Amino acid sequence: MTAPLTSLDRPNSYIGRSVPRPNAKRLLAGRGRYISDLKLPRMLHAAFLRSPHAHAKIVSIDVGAARALEGVHLVATGEDLAKICTPWTGTLDHFKGMTSAPQLPLPLDRVVWAGQAVVAVLAESRAIAEDALELIEVDYEDLPLVVDIDGAREAGGPVINPGSANNICFRSHLDSGAVDDAFAQAAHVVEEEFSFGRHTAVTLEPRAIVADYDPAAGALTVHHATQTPYQFQDLYSRHYGIPEARVRVIATDIGGSFGMKLHVYHEDMAVVGLSILLGRPVKYVADRIESFVSDIHARDHRVRARMALDAGGDILAVDVLDLTAIGAFSTYPRTSVVEGNQVIRLIGAPYRFRNYRATLEVIFQNKVQTSQYRAVGHPIACAVTERLVDMAASKLGLDPFAIRAQNVIADDAYPQTSPTGYRFEALSHQACLKRLHELMDYDGLRAEQAELRKRGVYRGIGIATFVEITNPSPAFYGVGGARISSQDGAILSLTPSGEVRCLISVTEQGQGTEAIIGQIVADQLGIAQDHVKVITGDTEVTPHGGATWACRGAGIGGETALQATRALKRNILEIAALILQEQPSALDIVDGEVVDAVTRNQRMPIAEIARIAYFRSDTLPPGTQAQLTVSHHFAPQGYPFAFTNGIQGCSLEVDVETGFIKVLKHFIVEDCGRVINPMLVDEQLRGGIVQGLGAALFEECRYSETGQLMNGSLADYLVPMPMEMPDIVIAHVETPTADTVLGAKGVGEAGTAAASACVLNAVNDALAPFDTTINSIPITPVKVLKALKRF
Amino acid sequence: MKARAFSYFRAATIDQALDAHARAGDDARFIAGGQSLVPALSLRLQAPRLLIDITHIDELRGVRREGGYLRIGALTRHCEMLSEPLIAEFAPLLHAAAPFVAHPAIRNRGTFGGSVALADPASEFPAMTLALDAEIEIAGPSGSRRVKADDFFLDLFETALQPGELITAVHVPLFKADQRFAFDELARRRGDYALVGCGMLATFKNDRVDDIRISFFSVGNTPTRVKGAEATLIGSSLDAERIAAAQAALEGDLAPPDSDEVPPAMRLHIARVLLGRLLGRLGEGA
Repeated sequence: MTAPLTSLDRPNSYIGRSVPRPNAKRLLAGRGRYISDLKLPRMLHAAFLRSPHAHAKIVSIDVGAARALEGVHLVATGEDLAKICTPWTGTLDHFKGMTSAPQLPLPLDRVVWAGQAVVAVLAESRAIAEDALELIEVDYEDLPLVVDIDGAREAGGPVINPGSANNICFRSHLDSGAVDDAFAQAAHVVEEEFSFGRHTAVTLEPRAIVADYDPAAGALTVHHATQTPYQFQDLYSRHYGIPEARVRVIATDIGGSFGMKLHVYHEDMAVVGLSILLGRPVKYVADRIESFVSDIHARDHRVRARMALDAGGDILAVDVLDLTAIGAFSTYPRTSVVEGNQVIRLIGAPYRFRNYRATLEVIFQNKVQTSQYRAVGHPIACAVTERLVDMAASKLGLDPFAIRAQNVIADDAYPQTSPTGYRFEALSHQACLKRLHELMDYDGLRAEQAELRKRGVYRGIGIATFVEITNPSPAFYGVGGARISSQDGAILSLTPSGEVRCLISVTEQGQGTEAIIGQIVADQLGIAQDHVKVITGDTEVTPHGGATWACRGAGIGGETALQATRALKRNILEIAALILQEQPSALDIVDGEVVDAVTRNQRMPIAEIARIAYFRSDTLPPGTQAQLTVSHHFAPQGYPFAFTNGIQGCSLEVDVETGFIKVLKHFIVEDCGRVINPMLVDEQLRGGIVQGLGAALFEECRYSETGQLMNGSLADYLVPMPMEMPDIVIAHVETPTADTVLGAKGVGEAGTAAASACVLNAVNDALAPFDTTINSIPITPVKVLKALKRF
Repeated sequence: MKARAFSYFRAATIDQALDAHARAGDDARFIAGGQSLVPALSLRLQAPRLLIDITHIDELRGVRREGGYLRIGALTRHCEMLSEPLIAEFAPLLHAAAPFVAHPAIRNRGTFGGSVALADPASEFPAMTLALDAEIEIAGPSGSRRVKADDFFLDLFETALQPGELITAVHVPLFKADQRFAFDELARRRGDYALVGCGMLATFKNDRVDDIRISFFSVGNTPTRVKGAEATLIGSSLDAERIAAAQAALEGDLAPPDSDEVPPAMRLHIARVLLGRLLGRLGEGA
């Protein structure tokens, strides 16, 4: 039995193939090099004294006893660091009217959240540094607190930033017009208020940094577990006044990031300053409890939304108010308003309606900052939209698949512009809906659900369509004045042995960036992948670029690698043509051999070309200068974003006596354009879905009325674990973008985007016989039992 | 999170361990599995001057029959509760509870005696000693004694253990042919501390309950026997009516604490649900 040959049967056809990650074995064997593993000569360890108050004036700080402790080298306060570090402000120009107070590594006179670092100690070990923390005395005077959204908006209530009239960071309003008319004429209106709990990234490896300032050279090297070394090179240079060329940021192996490790953290900026103050390397690794109170959090939205429909079930209009609380500052340099901005722009994105109105209000409060975390804004937009659609379906007596099929933008109707201004090149909602219906055996699940209900077993089925933002252009940050690149760069060399070294600006945090870049280079050049070495994450070595965030690594980094490889291939074939006395166009490269382009007959190995070019250039025709290193940059053009789409499905069971929810199976049909590595794409989807299920059912940063985080440990903050996770069934539709040769779009956030919406719909489907609804995430047993009035 | 500096002493005998404790002026802690103590040290919630390692004391090891009891050495690891045939045969309630105790890595190190000594009100094993009518064997400066589980758990993390005393073993009455047991818990994730958990051991005569001991955990400051519910079940065949009566009696037996996550009324509700389900299983011959 023989399947028909496909493009994957060609030699070196790596694009579209499930190739194992070359670095996986090294990491599994414990040979990874994380910041925690790094020991530099004369290195000191930092620890931070943190504020126990959510809002208080610092009256006095007594560090005398701490300084006197043996093994302590420096105790530094806000004033010490303010002398050498310029303040930063987390605003961007394109968010008109947004405000945020300037920030410093350590506060001068006021703390604004419980857990904020106040004093830094440098000692010969972390243990000694922590001993010294116990000897520091800080006198605080409590200030009025702003903890919840309502308190923050109360007229005449406490204001966090002195000099401000209120606690508003940013307001935005979208109005396509005619919304009121549409609601007035609607046959049906559904309306609900939704709430989304704060949660946080919980990376396996916490934040970690070693700063090493050499006063003799005036040079700073920072080993930093970050997604974005170039951004930090720029920031350390500008805030500490060191020429950019003398700042080197090295991002070595990183144990997960999810958007959390690309923001400026006060401790990280402090560590750089502390190294400058002493001229010694300084290490800081956040412990888990510190991570919970100082890593960015995300979500924390309250959304009131309504949807108007005509008698036949066509969506006419959507009207939304999103209130989101972001902590005491907007995060630098990407701000804390992007999530809300994406919520109001993504609501309704899969559907055809034209009348849309939304108001966003971003609010300060005395909690740690929120900012961009995997699937920024998407889960909220998706849950609001998809829940309203299900509510409408139930009101109209339509099946959830039917109402979506009726309202999604048709696959053949692209390009389209959404009422919020997003431009869609080509999406595939109809194909995805159809595929999911088969994939989950929807009719079978419904029949089983009906049968089980008779026996008191309450199963729920939920689906959620989504649109994901990927491959961002400068429209994302650059236009707002942020020095965050949307282009990437690659430097490719043919080595003397005929292998390839690829230095590229996209970075690796465990998701397999280096694997797919290696696949693209090997595929496009025509060599075995193990002859390609990919090097990332060192600003001294790799070219400047955006690195990895917002699902841009494959789409933009991948295209950069593709174009760079094609340039190198042209150069190699030019030399080959000279040696073989052929036209370059008559030659090709297959499996490391230059071949006749038509007959595929081998002519000579590329290793031989490298040997001649590097060691016997005297045998080449006079005037020949072989260019076996190429550099290439690629910035996305055309559409400002490459939108992707998909649909998820979920089957779960609610124990109506205990309120416990068991997810039985989860499904996704996803369209990320060209799939480079199916295995990595599928695992991105699974990982993303698991994070979405965590948000749906488990994860929430719970605060007391006094602004204390109540569950800041892994015993109390519940991350999803394997025993509770369902099997996840995956299928693909491929609609490549025409903006690039590669055609790849992003996929890293698709799973997270819709998983919680799917669960919300499924739980409400399960509870339908009880005439009650839940519209708050996470859906905990207490919420289920309250909805069912069981206690 | 680094512990404050401490001294370390490895004891070879019970006497050495007790002596070291006394010499440290009781500013010392015994350490065995360390699954609760080490995090407490790292968080600096505890900072004793001396840690006395008792894991090399042979007298604290081993599981064997002694008269009508199974003597379970204090150093018996949680994982041995799963693998030791004597426990499966003669203390099957402990065997049934063991898979719910945390995760394999923790079960490989944590010890039965350590769990009982800590008396975490959310832990499975301390509560099961109540259901089993076990006796705790204690060594101390003034000699050895045995305390009934019913008299052992006094308040939050407070037991009948005096400073410098050490649990050496737990004695569990041998499981008999006319007995049945049941165990389950409601935890958000497998291996977490439960929102509510319960184990029970009943003796039947002519298919009716002759004696029953029911113990809850995660319901208050200590593992808790529900004597009111137990009383309603004596003489019953675990029919629906008597099960409902036992569930209703929980209101008098339990006074769940307020928590930011689980309101007391909800904890009482799910305790009732769990009790009903377990009694149902017991009635079916569990």
